[in-house]
Amino acid sequence: MPVSQHQGQEMVATPILAAREVNKQYGNTKVLDHLSMEVPRGSIYGLLGPNGAGKTTFIRIANQITAPDSGEMLFQGRRLQRNDIAQIGYLPEERGLYRKMKVGEQALYLARLKGLSKADAWRRISWWFDRFETGSWWNKKVEELSKGMQQKLQFIITVLHEPSLLILDEPFSGFDPVNAELLKSEIMRLRDNGATVMLSTHNMASVEEMCDHISLINKSKCILQGNVAQIRREYKSGEYEIGFTGDETALTEALNTHGCTVSNSGLPGKIKIHAPEKSGNQLLELAIACVKVQSFNEILPSMNDIFIRQVTQK
Amino acid sequence: MNKTIIIIRREYLTRVRKKSFIVMTLLTPVLFAALMIIPVWFATIEDEGIKQIAVLDSSQLFVHKIPSTDKFKFTYAKDVKLEDFKQNLSQTEFFGILYIPPYITYTPSGTEFFSYQQPPIGLTMHIANAIEKAIETEKLKTHNIENLDEILKSVRTHIEIRTFRMSEDGGEKENYGGLNRIVAYGAAFLIYFFVFMFGSQVMRGVMEEKTNRIVEVIVSSVKPFQLLMGKVTGVALVGLTQFLMWVALTAVLVITAQQLFLSGITDAALQQAGNTQMAGLLAGDNLSDAVVMEKAGEILTMLQSINFGVLTGCFLFYFLAGYLLYGSLFAAIGSAVDAETDSQQFMMPITLPLIFAMIVMVNTMQNPDGAMAFWFSLIPLTSPVVMMARIPFGVPYWELALSMLLLVAAFTGAIWLSAKIYRTGILIYGKKLTWKELWKWLRYSGK
Repeated sequence: MPVSQHQGQEMVATPILAAREVNKQYGNTKVLDHLSMEVPRGSIYGLLGPNGAGKTTFIRIANQITAPDSGEMLFQGRRLQRNDIAQIGYLPEERGLYRKMKVGEQALYLARLKGLSKADAWRRISWWFDRFETGSWWNKKVEELSKGMQQKLQFIITVLHEPSLLILDEPFSGFDPVNAELLKSEIMRLRDNGATVMLSTHNMASVEEMCDHISLINKSKCILQGNVAQIRREYKSGEYEIGFTGDETALTEALNTHGCTVSNSGLPGKIKIHAPEKSGNQLLELAIACVKVQSFNEILPSMNDIFIRQVTQK
Repeated sequence: MNKTIIIIRREYLTRVRKKSFIVMTLLTPVLFAALMIIPVWFATIEDEGIKQIAVLDSSQLFVHKIPSTDKFKFTYAKDVKLEDFKQNLSQTEFFGILYIPPYITYTPSGTEFFSYQQPPIGLTMHIANAIEKAIETEKLKTHNIENLDEILKSVRTHIEIRTFRMSEDGGEKENYGGLNRIVAYGAAFLIYFFVFMFGSQVMRGVMEEKTNRIVEVIVSSVKPFQLLMGKVTGVALVGLTQFLMWVALTAVLVITAQQLFLSGITDAALQQAGNTQMAGLLAGDNLSDAVVMEKAGEILTMLQSINFGVLTGCFLFYFLAGYLLYGSLFAAIGSAVDAETDSQQFMMPITLPLIFAMIVMVNTMQNPDGAMAFWFSLIPLTSPVVMMARIPFGVPYWELALSMLLLVAAFTGAIWLSAKIYRTGILIYGKKLTWKELWKWLRYSGK
């Protein structure tokens, strides 16, 4: 099981959230099996895995909605406590609000349940409603809002109490592209302002784009963990792309004789090379001898490929 | 502020602000007041309309023998043929014609009454009684007994049985069975109604949160137990509010109606009586006023015989405790099912004891100290309804204390049990629920 032990620069500080050998069982079904992970402060952490792998259970444990059978959850280096919930913001996968309750009242209620005083809650709601231009919704009932509006409201409610750890379960599901982009930029902004974000998602493109670290959970076990860039490098299989001007046949022949597989990229002056045995420099040398090289890229496997490979392998 | 209090506040305010709550709180007292006022009002109206009845007595035995009452006045016609009178009845002021055949003692069923409207039951009974009595007297007279009238007066006795309950300490208290029964039935029914209505409100509230999926957001802020207790308490306060509003509004309505409405009618009746110079009627009216006063006094003593302090205290206790018992079980069901239609199967075993309690309660009315009443007023699932039905008749304090103690133990257990099911149930979707599954949830570990 390849687990890259990543030691990035963010890891110097205590992780904001850590799981140590967490086990959870429902009846005879193991849902989490000795799960450990460390979520570095200030990072965006991806929690990946197929449906039913145990992600939601882990997230619920982190939110203290359920308790682990054994193992330990640490928050900022000490045992996770009840009043830590004031520092955690949670957007569940299945979202919902009181349909008959007015928007403003509802935001105020949920903020106060997180422990904000009435005045603080009021001030922050006004700030967020201004920012998302949702001020005119105040006296509307939730059921009168469109789906997209409800999702915006739900996100505002999640972050109102300025949590230092945001746990988002499938935050992009059901969002239209415009709102998804808005959400993405808000998540990035909150991270830049010092929050840590843990997100569970099936959208691998957004993992590559946003996440610094990931844990891949399959069948209740963690099967891959670490820094995204590092994992992709580790899983590289010697794929390169060369852009050039000159004699393509000569280049192809030269590469073939050195044991590389060449495939056409579909574009003129661009080919793909599969060369697990060769280094980039060696390939570049070969190429320079035949053509004028304009670009040279190593193609890293996408998270999508890695995900599928890891999950389907025996 | 404590988070549970924030939840209680929301649960209370959202329900109290609902249109259905406001309408029900305002309209029900109108209904209650109407139930109390309208019969009295009708009684006053009937007093005004005295029915004139013409008596055609062919036997000439009963002239002036049928006494007029405050509702019926009998006038004795002479030298009129029945057929002629019948044809002209609509032109006269008479309500009907009473025909007595010439030889009534030989043809007892020959007496006839003709009218355009159905005669009230009281009328025919009154006439039959008067004629029977007159015939009896006539027949006795044929025996030539001296001082017959005095003898008859002295033998006629009207019997009423007053019942007294004795207590161990030697005290005695007069019972007024009828009134006790009404109060008992009312209290038991109210308990049943409140427990059922607000218990199922808790269930619907829990289901709303589950199907809306907001519950996961909330339990990431508060413990499921806090949410459950906040909801249960909030709904209980709604129930108390409604009950107190009903009592207060009904009282205000009844008193106002008495002041404006009934006194006005009585005045009008008196004035009319005075104008028409019908001295007899006026006397009759004064008489009936005296009777009314006497009756009112009697009812007042009856009411005083019931200990309303104990009754109200017990009502509030049994309402709250019964509601907590059933409400928490309803909440467990609400948390376990996905849709209202699924809830029916699990509601059955909970509604059955409540309905059974109503059946026992009707029985309790017949024999408030019987074995059935005794046991089912101790068993927690039926005790709120059955005990409420017993209290107006008087219940030994040790029985009351035991029943309350058992009920408190039962609702504590029910809340504990429900909290365990609730905690798991609210987060589980799309699972076909079985009793076995519920049993498994009870055994899950958690905090």
